[in-house]
Amino acid sequence: MTTGVDLGVPATQAIRSDEDVVRVRQLVRATAVSVRLSLVDQTKLVTAASELARNTLIYGGGGSAEVSTVSDGRRRGVRIVFADEGPGIPDLDLALTDGYTTGGGLGLGLSGARRLVDDFDIRTVVGEGTRITVTKWSR
Amino acid sequence: MERVPILKIGDILLVSIQVDMSDQTAIQLQEDLAERIVATGCHGVIIDITALDIVDSFVGRMLSTIASISKVLDAETVVVGMRPAVAITLVELGLSLNGIRTALNVERGMELVAASRADDWDEAADDEGTETTATA
Repeated sequence: MTTGVDLGVPATQAIRSDEDVVRVRQLVRATAVSVRLSLVDQTKLVTAASELARNTLIYGGGGSAEVSTVSDGRRRGVRIVFADEGPGIPDLDLALTDGYTTGGGLGLGLSGARRLVDDFDIRTVVGEGTRITVTKWSR
Repeated sequence: MERVPILKIGDILLVSIQVDMSDQTAIQLQEDLAERIVATGCHGVIIDITALDIVDSFVGRMLSTIASISKVLDAETVVVGMRPAVAITLVELGLSLNGIRTALNVERGMELVAASRADDWDEAADDEGTETTATA
């Protein structure tokens, strides 16, 4: 569900290591502050980004996060696209279930991240990769 | 990789997380704390997360694991200083922080550790059926 127009040039952060997950959080935080998301919304978006960046690293075998500011005419927001060329997700419904994990985590990454953002879109092809787009709008 | 310092204050180990931790740093902290608990014989661990602007599922799990490890090593863990926005986000994320005791600040955390040690003494005394009063 990608509505709204892009404002400015998106910033891309490669996700190849633990430290890159930290860098994604910092980039998302700075962008969220620039569009004046409330503190709670900043916190939710950065937390969601942290979960998704870690998924990109662990399950996708690495990839990237593209962070941009968007507007729907009324509100501004932050959009992040997480992309990897990993194995893809065979059963998406299962992967979006609270507590389901194949990686030894808590199984809250994907389902929790979805709850923390306003728009959540996931495209995955087995053997080709996964692309997740999330947006958080200012109130 | 950055390392989170662990301070010893009396019978308590105090960890104040001041950096945006990578997952490796979080795992290292877990191991460092377990070693320090055994080396010092401390009975309380206070983890101050005042400076953390997010707690995601990985850090949440680390906090739960530290609490469990401490318990096995006869130490009580209290997490203090959680920001309101972090608390709201944690709940929405679905993280329950099982088995973790929390307090608003370091001072209250220390009181909580002291109180739970006193309770343990009382229970131990009751179990033995003696009339020892635990006034330490």
